[in-house]
Amino acid sequence: MTDEDILVSRLRENFLKLVDLAVTDLPANVEETLKDRLRAETSEIAKDQLRAILSNIEVARGQHIPICQDTGIQMFHLRVGEDFPLKAKLPLIIAEAVRDATAKALLRPNAVHPLTRLNTGDNTGMHVPYIEWSLIEGDVLDVEVLPKGAGSENMSALRMLNPGDGLKGVKRFVLETVAAAGGKPCPPYILGVGIGLGSDGVMKLARRASVRPLKEHNEGSGMADLEKELLGLVNETGIGPMGLGGRTTALAVNIEIGHTHTAGLPVGVIFQCWAARRAAARIYPNGRAEYLSHEVN
Amino acid sequence: MGYRMKTPISEVDVRRLRVGDTLYLDGVVFTARDEAHKRALDYAKEGKALPIATEDLAMFHCGPIAQRVDSGWRIVSAGPTTSTRMEMFEADFLDRFKVRVIIGKGGMGKRTTEAMARVGAVYCAFTGGAGALGAGAVQSVKGVEWLDLGMPEALWVLEVKAFGPLTVAIDTHGNNLYEEVTRRVEENLKRIYARL
Repeated sequence: MTDEDILVSRLRENFLKLVDLAVTDLPANVEETLKDRLRAETSEIAKDQLRAILSNIEVARGQHIPICQDTGIQMFHLRVGEDFPLKAKLPLIIAEAVRDATAKALLRPNAVHPLTRLNTGDNTGMHVPYIEWSLIEGDVLDVEVLPKGAGSENMSALRMLNPGDGLKGVKRFVLETVAAAGGKPCPPYILGVGIGLGSDGVMKLARRASVRPLKEHNEGSGMADLEKELLGLVNETGIGPMGLGGRTTALAVNIEIGHTHTAGLPVGVIFQCWAARRAAARIYPNGRAEYLSHEVN
Repeated sequence: MGYRMKTPISEVDVRRLRVGDTLYLDGVVFTARDEAHKRALDYAKEGKALPIATEDLAMFHCGPIAQRVDSGWRIVSAGPTTSTRMEMFEADFLDRFKVRVIIGKGGMGKRTTEAMARVGAVYCAFTGGAGALGAGAVQSVKGVEWLDLGMPEALWVLEVKAFGPLTVAIDTHGNNLYEEVTRRVEENLKRIYARL
């Protein structure tokens, strides 16, 4: 094997490991937040839902099986060092790792042609797995694997508000979206809100907000107060766990903001279900991975 | 109230259930999502029989992860999918195929609620995302039909034991827990919007 072959095979193993971690074990802060919310609930039905969620997380971890059968369309966020090797080969290596994970029954084959509905059987296809890139200085690769189910993804919404609608219009649109979604996106969820840019950019902001780890607030851009206010309002709706009523509809509201055109006020909303699956690692040029989201022995 | 029932379930038994009750199921549960509903209703239109007898069974809105093993199949993860996608099919499906229990998440609408009262069937919520718990209740895979639709959309016939807890969310008396919650949410929102 050449050095390149060795590196390709290490990367493939790392990507497979990340998918495995993401679908079988949640980041610890999600579980902690769910336990906090179980203490805050008063309705028996809501408590039952949260207990089932917590016990499901334990069973999945203990038996090393997927937490949720909807393991989504695989989404990879890459921040690639300008000196990291094999940059142009990464999509092919990632696709191979996704095929491996599907063959090992860690992933349900979910990728279908949108019109014929024919399933490719291995979670690859046109633009799938979906990869977002950004370039950074240095020689490491920071990678996040974000398996995302369709129950929550199907509730995504975009509205091109008028500047005159202002902050009040933003809050109202978020709440209307939450009300329309009801129990469908598997509450309690993490609500990602994007504000600004254009129609595509605002959804990318919403995506980034929806996958931000819990208990991190957007202090830098002055959105932390609005995040807390919206979380309070969303939970005041009473939709509750699984839409069966209760005090816990969202675990967090995360906002990402960008400048926008003087004539516009785009707002995007993306729901991340409680099974907020995410695994992250830093990969060095020799293929060694340092796992950031999970403890790996 | 808490109940444990085994399929086949009679109409009389299912009519005893009320919104808010907890149910555990034993027996045979089959999965069906969008594509299986569509095909089943096409079959009915063409006068073709379904590959399984559905009457008095439980139907699970679920696309499991299944793995081939020596003896057949193993269910790896099996939680509910969003039931409202099947709203466009379900009333006709119930009239034609007479399942007694539908298990899913997120609730169903008015047409299904009316059909459930007419036919004698309930809708039960199983916690969304609880794929590991669902798989734990599966004792064996009795068969799989329509695998050409893909693993999630195929019709999986499962033998389950103590499948639950299931929360009865639509009963045979026209009660729909989701509609009750929606009414409360709308009242809450009026108050919230006034404060914005």
